[in-house]
Amino acid sequence: MKFLVCISNVPDTTTKISFTPDNKEFNKAGVQFVINPWDEYALTRAIELKEAAGAGTVTVLNVGQADTEPNIRKALAIGADDAIRVDAAPADAYFVAEQIAAVAKEGAYDVILMGKESIDYNGFQVHGMVGEMLGIPTIAPAQKLDMAGNTATLEREIEGGKEIVQVNTPFVASCQQPMCEPRIPNMRGIMTARTKPLKVVPAVGEPARTTVAEFALPPKKQGVKLIDAENAGELIQLLRSEAKVI
Amino acid sequence: MSVLVVVECADGEVKKSSLEVATYGAKVAAMLGTTATAVAVGEANPENLAKLGEQGITKVLHDAEPRLKDFVNNAYTKLIATAAGQEGAKVIILANSNIGAAVGSRLSVRLKASLATNVVELPKIDGGAFTVKRGAFSGKAFADVSMSGDCKIIAVKKNSAEAQHEAGKTAEVLAFAAQLTDADFADAPQQVVMQDQAGGILLPEADRVVSGGRGMKGPENWGLIEDLANALHAATACSKPVSDVDWRPHHEHVGQTGITVSPNLYIACGISGAIQHLAGVNSSKVIVVINKDPEAPFFKAADYGIVGDVFDVLPKLTAAVKALG
Repeated sequence: MKFLVCISNVPDTTTKISFTPDNKEFNKAGVQFVINPWDEYALTRAIELKEAAGAGTVTVLNVGQADTEPNIRKALAIGADDAIRVDAAPADAYFVAEQIAAVAKEGAYDVILMGKESIDYNGFQVHGMVGEMLGIPTIAPAQKLDMAGNTATLEREIEGGKEIVQVNTPFVASCQQPMCEPRIPNMRGIMTARTKPLKVVPAVGEPARTTVAEFALPPKKQGVKLIDAENAGELIQLLRSEAKVI
Repeated sequence: MSVLVVVECADGEVKKSSLEVATYGAKVAAMLGTTATAVAVGEANPENLAKLGEQGITKVLHDAEPRLKDFVNNAYTKLIATAAGQEGAKVIILANSNIGAAVGSRLSVRLKASLATNVVELPKIDGGAFTVKRGAFSGKAFADVSMSGDCKIIAVKKNSAEAQHEAGKTAEVLAFAAQLTDADFADAPQQVVMQDQAGGILLPEADRVVSGGRGMKGPENWGLIEDLANALHAATACSKPVSDVDWRPHHEHVGQTGITVSPNLYIACGISGAIQHLAGVNSSKVIVVINKDPEAPFFKAADYGIVGDVFDVLPKLTAAVKALG
């Protein structure tokens, strides 16, 4: 079984978001980048399934410029076998999906996994686009994934419940908790990651279909109105008469 | 040319988020000088579909194929693409739900459309330029996105467009056959399992949310959260540490790597307000924080606050809501 795991390079979850003075770009200064937390579920589950089967490969794919390589190496340290970096800024979901589809086709991967969405762009788009480009099923968002031979059984989260879906390879799934407990690299992994293959390939396809014209931060709150705990019931009156939400 | 709106139905009812999407779609149609047509997915009842007139929908396409009851990505995609072709729709609007985003992304490739998800406002249309505002960085920011190309697909974030109700207006419901075949249902679910929701209110669609953190001290104390939630007709939620230790299920986890919610009222009980949690709730209209630590960072993001013990404050709030009648 050949697994292709797509990872994004995103600001750490504790990052305070700010933008360049013209509000056109994210301000990367002093920001720590990590593997997108949702993608960690995809990566760890692929490694677990490969180990359980006792055969197969896990390839990590990132669409990004050279500054993403530390996180690609981290994915190799966690347990992926090799990596591919498409050398281009991830312009939009469509552009990224084109790159993934091209790599997936070229390498004839059986299972293409990624996180539910990236925590920076929050598109929740790439998995469906890749599935459509390749003409194969997409299961998104998946919270459970098991394999028996070429057949996968997945749990797909729907509003208010879940669907249990069976598909044959090849397929795309976007992953989220509680699929697995994401692994962290150990010392041996970090040492071996240095020599694992990392191939850099050029971008293909058409340009992006959407562009960010401007970023903005949410408006600041006016300040909290404190109510004495002894008269907590007064809060309910204020929510009705002042805030008008109940 | 018309605007096509995808309305999700369950148990015969149009979902609340789809009423919002229908209103949004009717407004976009008015901006473009055209009408809004809806296409129904899920288990739909034609009588309820006709009521979409109240949201400004002119006609509704209804394919009575029974297998459309459950979400099947390929079948839904083909149904909507066929409807878009028939109507000559150049703008398609969906809910930014697990269904809407999954179908929207496939559709965008099939129809060579540009796609914007998580959209929070009506578009700005200026000649050929088409710009939408969408949430980014997990609720920590917004991005104005220019959409190129002939066809656009917009997935609207829940609770960001208010559903309008013009009583008495009805939409024409038309039978529609997308000629779906067995192959379109190849990835149909084997089984669908619905959760037992407190009071039947789904967290992602809820108007009001009562949420608990580690300050609740243990799952055995969640009755206090549920009592207030029931009194307020609210959904219940929790912080990440709470779902990580399995006090509450994962689908209740609100935050950067859980669900992002934007209810009218969010009441946080015993949650300190880590930046990752705030990202999941800061588009709520009114935030109430109850915490015994006056230095809890959540107070800075709150509209109303009570510095006090949740075990003392929550029963008082529940009693006060019940006293409103």
